Amino acid sequence: MTVLLEVKALKVAYGGINAVKGIDFTVGEGEMVALIGANGAGKTTTLKAICGLLHHGGTVRLRGEDVSGFPAYKLVQHGLALVPEGRGVFGRLTVRENLQMGAYVRNDKAEIRIDLDRIYGLFPRLAERRNQTGGTLSGGEQQMLAIGRALMSRPRLLLLDEPSMGLAPLMVEKIFDTVRMVSEEGVTVLLVEQNAKLALEASHRGYVMESGLITLADGARSLLENPLVRKAYLGE
Amino acid sequence: MRTAQLLEIRNIEKRFGGLTALADVSLTIRQGEIYGLIGPNGAGKTTLFNVLTGLYVPDRGEFEFDGANLVGLKPYRVAESGIARTFQNIRLFGNMSAMENVMVGRHVRTRAGAIGAILRTRRTRDEEAAIRSRSRELLAYVGISQHAGALSRNLSYGDQRRLEIARALATEPKLLALDEPAAGMNATETAELRRLLEKIRSDGVTILLIEHDVKLVMGLCDRVAVLDYGRKIAEGKPAQVQKDPEVIRAYLGGALP
Amino acid sequence: MTGWIARLEQLRTHQAAPWLGVALIVLTLFILPFVLASVGTAWVRITNLAILFALLSLGLNIVVGFAGLLDLGYIAFYAVGAYCYALLASPHFGLHLPFWIILPIGAAVACVFGVLLGAPTLKLRGDYLAIVTLGFGEIVRVFLNNLSQPVNITNGPQGVTLIDPFRIGKIDFSRTDDLFGLAFSGPIKYYYLLLAVLVVAIVINLRQQNSRLGRAWVAIREDEVAAQAMGINTRNVKLLAFAMGASFGGVAGGIFAATQGFISPESFVFVESIMVLSMVVLGGMGNVWGVVLGAILLSFVPEILRYTVEPAQKAVFGRLLIEPEVIRMLLFGLALVLMMLYRPAGLWPSSRRKRELSETDQS
Repeated sequence: MTVLLEVKALKVAYGGINAVKGIDFTVGEGEMVALIGANGAGKTTTLKAICGLLHHGGTVRLRGEDVSGFPAYKLVQHGLALVPEGRGVFGRLTVRENLQMGAYVRNDKAEIRIDLDRIYGLFPRLAERRNQTGGTLSGGEQQMLAIGRALMSRPRLLLLDEPSMGLAPLMVEKIFDTVRMVSEEGVTVLLVEQNAKLALEASHRGYVMESGLITLADGARSLLENPLVRKAYLGE
Repeated sequence: MRTAQLLEIRNIEKRFGGLTALADVSLTIRQGEIYGLIGPNGAGKTTLFNVLTGLYVPDRGEFEFDGANLVGLKPYRVAESGIARTFQNIRLFGNMSAMENVMVGRHVRTRAGAIGAILRTRRTRDEEAAIRSRSRELLAYVGISQHAGALSRNLSYGDQRRLEIARALATEPKLLALDEPAAGMNATETAELRRLLEKIRSDGVTILLIEHDVKLVMGLCDRVAVLDYGRKIAEGKPAQVQKDPEVIRAYLGGALP
Repeated sequence: MTGWIARLEQLRTHQAAPWLGVALIVLTLFILPFVLASVGTAWVRITNLAILFALLSLGLNIVVGFAGLLDLGYIAFYAVGAYCYALLASPHFGLHLPFWIILPIGAAVACVFGVLLGAPTLKLRGDYLAIVTLGFGEIVRVFLNNLSQPVNITNGPQGVTLIDPFRIGKIDFSRTDDLFGLAFSGPIKYYYLLLAVLVVAIVINLRQQNSRLGRAWVAIREDEVAAQAMGINTRNVKLLAFAMGASFGGVAGGIFAATQGFISPESFVFVESIMVLSMVVLGGMGNVWGVVLGAILLSFVPEILRYTVEPAQKAVFGRLLIEPEVIRMLLFGLALVLMMLYRPAGLWPSSRRKRELSETDQS
């Protein structure tokens, strides 16, 4: 399997705190990889650094190309798309406008229209509400919209930050079904999630972060059975 | 055994334009219980919270808290009468320290005014000292004493949730309304939260809990109500509610073993 | 300048050997006007004006710095205080009330105006509030300009002249008295009076900052909904900020009218509001010492430029190429831009504002 994302010695510090203290990991082409760990372990910081939203030390390679220090908008052009924690939906734009914003870096109009219909197919609920503003959607619908918006840039690598947060059980299932589907279509996924069980069940591999370091790396199945993980993150 | 009722909500209705967010919702919360409110996203749970805490005025219906009718009261009056809340998307005073956040919570139970502060009267100084010591106690109570001086926005997610609870407790509520306190917490943190909530209840505070963590709700709550499309579709003991086919269809799905 | 204020702050916290420092500061402040007077009486007047602006900045600091309500019409309260004094102590109505009666009246009337401005704007924030307050400031000035008929209240654009100076017993603030062999001129007397008022204003600001009310202001600035949920009556607390801020302006206005002896609406134009706001922002919003520093710097630097730019140009080019006023505004603008780029929290920021403007965020 070719490596799509390679992170080496990634360090992020801000406000006098070393949030990420030098971590290495990879995500292979077509893989779904979960990053799990307690609050404050540095997972979100890692995602933000990869996306160019935070200054960082170390290197980030995308298909072998060194993209460390690239500004966020350039990384989107290179095929990175982030679904941020808290969704970050544009509250005053309509659903359709939100989705179109996702395709901001593209200019193949006809293709964009096809993708728009594809997203509506993926989330029929969004199609029903295409003219409603983002702010009026329920939490689950906003999460769908955020994922749909990210997919509109036709990413090679989709970064998901806590997609299940604040969602009802049924909606969590629906969102994860969709993520699995997107993954099966060939999009590579890096997933940060509090719900470790759910995340590991959906993923191929997983990394466990603790206080800014990666302390465990293994296949998702083995992590699920690892007694340490079961005790610390699965609540058993 | 009959316990006194603390909050009675009768036929509350709230509409936004054409959308009915709450339709004829009635429920009763008893003194000292932990009452769960669950339902799909957009079912109206947070809307009900906002009505209860005076942010929204209901179109119809009323609710009685501790013997007084609170409908139409401003949020600060609601806080005065003994309902404190936390927010789904954490609304701390980000650039104040954890300690200061809790101190703001003491506002409603203290009196010092502008003149007292300027003259720094004996009373003001005593009150200020009392605010400090009470706030320190509350930080210890929720287990974040070590972060007293840290900016609240720099706290970890779980600690922010705890701080919000401490700040709410500082207002000396009879009813503590928590909007998804476990959101974004992992299993271990959720277990700690559960212990904290049990402690708060045993100290005499009634809890109203919105939460999506089914395990937490079912394990912790004495009674649970389920909202769907602004209507109450079920109410009762957790064991009973989670078997309700309507609840499984609308909310639980296959979430429970 | 920074040195002694820092020392003063240190003294507040450290108990060790404070008296020497305090005595040194008091002595310096006592001698200062005589030193300035030896250079030229104009410098004493400039110092007095600087203290007046410091008073205004402290008042605006309560509204903008503490409560986070952007007020672009603050000078209106200064105008209200000044006109109160002028109308009650001048031949215009033939009233000559003593200053210790008028100043509280001026503060009270400004307070009422503060509430008048605050009440309808309670639901507004940020840019919307700024626009309304800007309009309010202009309305007050337009009224002052036009309330000369049908009944002549303000005497219109001509303004009010022959305003009484302060008098305490036999001490007349417009005359020079000899005491202990020192010549206490009018401006020097006003200097001491202003200094005393400034000290009171600073104490009020400092004590408010760390009080129940001060915390409520910051809480409202941070998150109004959460503040309400904590039982803070946001309406009253905001109105209190407007009212207190306005009363500072009212007092400063009264003293301004007395020192000048003449006022007209021209002294209260929009640019003055901006100037006071700049002082607050430049010095360090929310930090009492920073705000005082900002006011003093922005009052003095232009004057120093006025006295140096012209001779400097004449010496270098042999003639005046650019008007001092133009250079003054140019440097002023440049300084503000540079400040916002490199020290956005102000010269002497409050610890809280510094945190707000640091780019870091929680993970």
